[in-house]
Amino acid sequence: MTKTVLYDSHRQSGARMIDFGGWEMPLHYGSQIEEHHAVRRDAGMFDVSHMCAVDLEGEQATAFLRRLLANNVDKLKFPGKALYSTMLNETGGVIDDLIVYFLGEQRYRIVVNASTAVKDLAWMAARRDDWQLAATLTPRREGQNALAMIAVQGPRARQLVWQVLPEQRAASESLPPFVCCVSGDTLIARTGYTGEDGYEITLPAGQAAALWAALAAAGVRPCGLGARDTLRLEAGMNLYGQDMEETVSPLDAGLGWTVDLVSERDFVGKTALLAHPQQYRFLGLVLQERGVLRAQQTVHTCHGDGQITSGSFSPTLQKSIALARLPLQATVGDAVEVVIRDKLLAAKVVKPCFVRNGTALV
Amino acid sequence: MNLPTDLKYTRSHEWVRCEADGTVSIGITDHAQELLGDLVFIELPEVGVVFAAEQEAAVVESVKAAADVYAPIAGVVVEVNEPIVDAPERVNQDAYGSWLFRLRPDTASDFDRLLDAAAYQQLVDAA
Repeated sequence: MTKTVLYDSHRQSGARMIDFGGWEMPLHYGSQIEEHHAVRRDAGMFDVSHMCAVDLEGEQATAFLRRLLANNVDKLKFPGKALYSTMLNETGGVIDDLIVYFLGEQRYRIVVNASTAVKDLAWMAARRDDWQLAATLTPRREGQNALAMIAVQGPRARQLVWQVLPEQRAASESLPPFVCCVSGDTLIARTGYTGEDGYEITLPAGQAAALWAALAAAGVRPCGLGARDTLRLEAGMNLYGQDMEETVSPLDAGLGWTVDLVSERDFVGKTALLAHPQQYRFLGLVLQERGVLRAQQTVHTCHGDGQITSGSFSPTLQKSIALARLPLQATVGDAVEVVIRDKLLAAKVVKPCFVRNGTALV
Repeated sequence: MNLPTDLKYTRSHEWVRCEADGTVSIGITDHAQELLGDLVFIELPEVGVVFAAEQEAAVVESVKAAADVYAPIAGVVVEVNEPIVDAPERVNQDAYGSWLFRLRPDTASDFDRLLDAAAYQQLVDAA
């Protein structure tokens, strides 16, 4: 299994490690629920160095992204701006979801998921070659110029980052959400995967352990992938491989808002999406009884059956919640039933965003 | 590993205690709770239900996963620990102090055939 540069830090903090797509990553450091609360109420940090940063540059870098991605990079109006997008195959299925940062004239940083990085890079390189566009792709996960990524999230996250990295305060303090600043090989972005304020810090791998230790000393709680999953679920954010995959259209995974079908621009998967309109609505569920909603469970609605794609217990709401693909006629407020083992349990359909900035929305 | 020697154990990670009245109390081991992580839901059997040995009797769910709890020996459910349903985290805090249900065994000697602490320790070490 592959280890990130922070592996020793995790072991020293008593992490329980698990195999996450071939990466040996912390699941939790004692209590997943306490880590979850730390992010909602204070500040927590995640090692996300298993995700892969890819630098893209060249005369036709923008032209390449305009054809490659379902979202439109023309929306990146100024350097530092970030855009969430899916990357589709010809049948309109999701190869991966990613964030692309606009760094400067024909220069971008793309961050893709850990377990899909190899396939993503192969796909990107093949499309570039097919289209004969001048753009170089440089993955930054391994080797001499490897980068590490630490996400610091929570209401006190930014303040604690400034305390530890005072020299970064001036540039990072004024960042609006979904914008980054770059100094040398350090990139600080006001992004995250928790529904809380915070930064994702990308830096040279050799500097990561010192930053992790300094943040921990400042009171930022190390958090594992367990808390990361319940936080993103409460925030209504999709997880690749669960809520979407190569056989699922982004329109059926609640990602219609990230797909640009308005502009004239052609991109991979556009023809397929236009030919196959949305089949499902992607909505949230709150279980009204005791139990835990899980992926793959069947949802009975009065319009037909649907399926849960992600489910767990919400530590903030103290109830079980889920993301589900439901029939198109299903709507917020509907009463539905979920099949859990041999029982039918009552659930309510809600907007798929349960908690934001520490506040329950359902 | 925390393994009281006065208890018996199963391959499926239950602990079993023989009570003075001849019934047996059943819970999940400290090792099992650690593997599962923070428990958030427990479903108990109903009093009066009859189980065969190794039949699914209860369910414990953590944030991460659901796990079945099996009847370690054949018997009838005589009591369930209802308050634990409202505080599943107690199993994480004190696995051996948090019984889930009690059985009256069909055959008292079945208890003796369960694993002792040393045998369970070996099983966990070998995994």
